[in-house]
Amino acid sequence: MDLKTLKYDAIIVGGGGAGLRAALQLSKSGKKVAVVSKVFPTRSHTVAAQGGINAALGNRDGEDDWRYHMYDTVMGADFLGDQDAIEYMCQHAPATVLELEHMGMPFTRDENGKIYQRAFGGQTREYGKKNVHRTCAAADRTGHALLHTLYQQNVKAKSHFFSEWYALDLVKSETGGVSGVIVECIETGELNFLQSKAVILATGGAGQIYKTTTNAYTCTGDGLGMVLRAGFPIQDMEMWQIHPTGIYGVGSLISEGTRGEGAYLINSEGERYMERYSPNKKDLDCRDVVSRCSIQEIQEGRGCGPNKDYVLLRLDHLPKEVIEKRLPGITELARTFAGVDPEKEPIPVIPTAHYMMGGIPTNKYGQALTTDKNGNDVIIDGLYAAGECACVSVHGANRLGANSLLDIVVFGRASGMHLEEDLKDGKPFSKPSEEDIGRCLSRYERWMSSTDQSGSEPFAEVRSDMQQIMMDYFGVFRDGKGMQEAMDKLLAIRPRVQKAYLGDKSKTFNTSLVEALELDNMIEVAIATAYSALYREESRGAHSRIDFTERDDKKFLHHSLYFIDGRLEKREINMKPELVEPFELREREH
Amino acid sequence: MSKKVISVQRFNPETDKKPYMQEYQIDTNDFHGTMLLDALEHIKTMDQTLTFRRSCGEGVCGSDGVNINGKNGLACITDLRKLPKTIKVRPLPAFPIVRDLVVDMEQFYSHYESVEPYLQNDDEPATERIQSIDERAKLDGLYECILCACCTTSCPSFWWNPDKFLGPAALLWAYRFVADSRDTATEKRLDQLEDLFKLFRCRTIMNCADVCPKGLNPTQAIGHLRDEMIDRAI
Repeated sequence: MDLKTLKYDAIIVGGGGAGLRAALQLSKSGKKVAVVSKVFPTRSHTVAAQGGINAALGNRDGEDDWRYHMYDTVMGADFLGDQDAIEYMCQHAPATVLELEHMGMPFTRDENGKIYQRAFGGQTREYGKKNVHRTCAAADRTGHALLHTLYQQNVKAKSHFFSEWYALDLVKSETGGVSGVIVECIETGELNFLQSKAVILATGGAGQIYKTTTNAYTCTGDGLGMVLRAGFPIQDMEMWQIHPTGIYGVGSLISEGTRGEGAYLINSEGERYMERYSPNKKDLDCRDVVSRCSIQEIQEGRGCGPNKDYVLLRLDHLPKEVIEKRLPGITELARTFAGVDPEKEPIPVIPTAHYMMGGIPTNKYGQALTTDKNGNDVIIDGLYAAGECACVSVHGANRLGANSLLDIVVFGRASGMHLEEDLKDGKPFSKPSEEDIGRCLSRYERWMSSTDQSGSEPFAEVRSDMQQIMMDYFGVFRDGKGMQEAMDKLLAIRPRVQKAYLGDKSKTFNTSLVEALELDNMIEVAIATAYSALYREESRGAHSRIDFTERDDKKFLHHSLYFIDGRLEKREINMKPELVEPFELREREH
Repeated sequence: MSKKVISVQRFNPETDKKPYMQEYQIDTNDFHGTMLLDALEHIKTMDQTLTFRRSCGEGVCGSDGVNINGKNGLACITDLRKLPKTIKVRPLPAFPIVRDLVVDMEQFYSHYESVEPYLQNDDEPATERIQSIDERAKLDGLYECILCACCTTSCPSFWWNPDKFLGPAALLWAYRFVADSRDTATEKRLDQLEDLFKLFRCRTIMNCADVCPKGLNPTQAIGHLRDEMIDRAI
């Protein structure tokens, strides 16, 4: 096969917030850098983030401290987060947000002309004692404002983009590191090998493994598939955040910022049920908690609507001005997708798959990790990961709202900075393994030569079956028996993917080919989720099992690492922050 | 609502000499969702060769701008229930067609980049730059642009002079930075628009404001830019 090789100092895969922040760092360093993005960068899913980005600026409350933010994040993560990484993120949050403001991000302002901050779930001051307004917002379009600002800065820095190019696989070096990535130009079908001294994966989440999700069509876990096929592990894949407020029947997100501005959930009796479950935090308790409560309300017969299968989010009591100025985006979404005017009537909502806490394990510099025979961390030469595809791990078993925009910018920057230093120190190209290039191309060849014979089916049917299984068995509540059944079904789907056919063999803008290649990634993410979830026989954060209802720190206070052959390993949680004493294990408060 | 006819303009340069319309009969009960994008996705499960862009599916990423019964809009927030029985879907006009509903947006992006769409201000204050609520309000109706190109490709002035007239989207972005109290490059920005075509080719036809899926008004932004130019000329 005709394969052109191009050489770069660094290749970034993904043009969302993490990829763009890393690109900005490296473009300014004068190195030869390129971003590969399967969509034009401002179409990346960061654009859909709504509520805000956390930073202890204290603009509204007079005082706030990154250590309080760190405490909330550790607690919210149900102690599965790495405290060194959480410390790094929270400490750097204020400077990160100010830098975005300096770049031109159009934050909403308070009466002092400072960045407007709103309340969000799981956020406190003085280690749980007081409420806080920590979430910096641009109305309820913070992700859009952030992504466009970062793209604009890359226009200014003249960053190079392979826009609408799709990354197929990582090419390994002869010494087991990463030598570059095989990419396809979607418009022309041309395949290239981008050889680089390092690859930063910033490929985002994989919510599309679920039938209903807040995630874009493009969130298909591409980076995770690439890493698994290269023989490296992914971490904590049982941890999926099911967001309390997706629009019923559609999945579109209604920001937690809505509740931050005073909205609340009600059941069929009109009761504000979160007051009963969580007397202090109420509707602003952590997302895993609120989603469980909503499902419990529905299971106990207090759901709304003819089928009693959703709850309602009320905001008609909020001042018109608050809705118009601070929640214009969700107002638009509610009108378009739920057919309700939130100024007058409540929005039907349901817990909806939203965010992948797990991902490619990295240290706080974004360097991707694997393990040696003794279970010690080993840095993978030439590979970084940042953003939702990475598991650094700042979100542990449950992410706090508005920590994801923070995560992508902080660790996009950290990866860029670390790689910049490595390049300055003369990091060389590694020698790519010819055999591995063959492996990378084989997937493309399989799809392009697939035929419509008996026993094969269109790939979209296989995808749909997988999405239904994930939806049915890996939602808010899980049980061992159900998950085992799901696992068997998923393992039966894997060979169907291999046999499925692609009904479009054109070289020109072949989006079906991209979707087929994405399905290869999604099925592996789904299977990783099943293995990891079955392994973790406890309830922690978003992983809530009806057969193991308690958190079990004796047995499960560690990360789970999954390899593509089904192997699971334990990995120690980092409890060693540099500047503060570690937060000791305790029960979460509600 | 149940049966609809979706007539899609098809073109694959590998096999077709010119574009043609292909009809798909659909039953809206056969798939989930009520938007035109849901129908296109459903058709794609039956005919994998049908080609279009999409990403967020909720009107914020700007990928799926298409021409729907003669009017530009986003497929993902265009409700099938509000459309007639027969729906003609064509690519956005005025751009070269890559394949089916996918157009080449190179020129659109290069006009956008030409207005230097980034804040210019060399100060590096220790905290955020202070901006009053009123100053910030001037960015509302501007910063929300999603670069879908529905406006620019509906503009007859752009159709006539796509290489010289920057079009409503790029000009909206130009004004977004002129209107920003934090930006210090207004003079340079206006200088760059001193030209017979770039800005002044707008004839206030207002198709842009009519089609914008985010409810923005590029004509008004262009009017503000003209006012700024006139103000500094007298």
